[in-house]
Amino acid sequence: MLVVVNAAGWPDVKQAFFDRDLFQESFPDIARAFLLNVKIFLIAEAVILVFALFIAVLRGLPGPVFFPVRVLATIYADLFRGIPTILVIYILGFGVTALQLPGVPVSELFWGTVALVLVYSAYVSEVYRAGIESVHPSQEAAARSLGLNRFQALRHVIIPQAVRRIVPPLLNDFIGLQKDTALVALLGVVEAFRQSQIDVSATFNYTPYICTAILFVAITVPLARFTDWLVARDRRRQLAGGLR
Amino acid sequence: MSDNGAALVLEDVHKSFAKLQVLSGIDLVLAEHEVVCLIGASGSGKSTLLRCVNLLEPIDSGRIVVHGEEVTAAGVNVNELRRGIGIVFQSFNLFPHMSVLENITLAPRKALGLPKADAQARADELLARFGLADKRDEYPDRLSGGQQQRVAIVRALAMQPGLMLLDEVTSALDPELVAEVLSVIRELAAEGMTMLIATHEMGFARDVANRVCFLDAGVILEEGTPEEIFGAPREPRTQQFLQRIVEAGRL
Repeated sequence: MLVVVNAAGWPDVKQAFFDRDLFQESFPDIARAFLLNVKIFLIAEAVILVFALFIAVLRGLPGPVFFPVRVLATIYADLFRGIPTILVIYILGFGVTALQLPGVPVSELFWGTVALVLVYSAYVSEVYRAGIESVHPSQEAAARSLGLNRFQALRHVIIPQAVRRIVPPLLNDFIGLQKDTALVALLGVVEAFRQSQIDVSATFNYTPYICTAILFVAITVPLARFTDWLVARDRRRQLAGGLR
Repeated sequence: MSDNGAALVLEDVHKSFAKLQVLSGIDLVLAEHEVVCLIGASGSGKSTLLRCVNLLEPIDSGRIVVHGEEVTAAGVNVNELRRGIGIVFQSFNLFPHMSVLENITLAPRKALGLPKADAQARADELLARFGLADKRDEYPDRLSGGQQQRVAIVRALAMQPGLMLLDEVTSALDPELVAEVLSVIRELAAEGMTMLIATHEMGFARDVANRVCFLDAGVILEEGTPEEIFGAPREPRTQQFLQRIVEAGRL
């Protein structure tokens, strides 16, 4: 901190990035645009949580009958983890909309969100899979021995335990997703990052970027603390009170 | 063979894991209300035998008939079959994310379709009977091993099974907790529950069993009343095994 403030170029940087008046001026616009990021994030996250679990379950189906399903799910996860996110956004956002297929939305916002869902579901499905595999086989044996079918054992016994274990890595991916909502700007959608670019090019001052950065952090930190609290509460409930 | 009236019939059951032959031709019949204890060294196939009965492990060849229905036949609904057979494991295997009550009511609600209130009433009745009423809202990790195992037994009983399989249910317990679990099993035996019990507790086997089977190298080497097996074993292997148990001070 002291090194930065005492650096030779600090006065220039201070003026270019931390202009108080400009900050106050651009904040309302960017905050309004940021609501779009939040919206993309919330919708994408809800879809990802369900879709990624579906993929993870498909990959875990046993027996030779489900071999093609496992292969397809694996190809999906490999493909969408392999392609850079930005390319998926371009390909879907510009490619699919240009097709002008009847009945298919032409909104860049829509396809940008779909791209994020596809990419992050691939990651999250792997997190789910690791969680499911971490639940000891004796739990499934106990559930099945009581007469629950495979789906019921997954639904009531395996997945609830898996999800509790993967909350921290899940949050990791969702913070990543939240930041990557800024990539949808590349399709021309005016979200917080795009709005700050517009403000920057109007004034040749970078303060709006700082404004955007603050907004992103302002939502990430409470989210992280909230999940910490959820995990701790659950642990308290399950474990003996005297420990730690 | 007259399967009729028998609770459980095993005919020439074989089971191997990869190259390891675990069961090499098991023949066993349990009459209704009979309690049979399986004894034998670790690795003699006791646990595998129990897991085969409710199809947690598929068998390689042979026949298993439960209450007159061949469970190893093709097209058997394994879920339906398992509802009639309770199994209790050495390591309890309670669901750690559910309270005691939820552990017990899960299968009656989801597998039998019992309304929540009925399932809870059934659970409360069983919990009260086995002295666990005050634990109904606790989570498994807050209970002692003995309490956890009793909850596991209650969980199996809540499905009202016609046959109980107990897989070394006291082996993971501290010695002072063994008695509370064994007394539950004695009570079940006294009520006429048909049970197949794999155990290392020879004193208990002598008390509770109608018949004792000594498993060795994947076959039932010797079977008889507890008096016969523990008093005058015929086979040298049985004598050897019991001798070691006596030396270890467990009989």
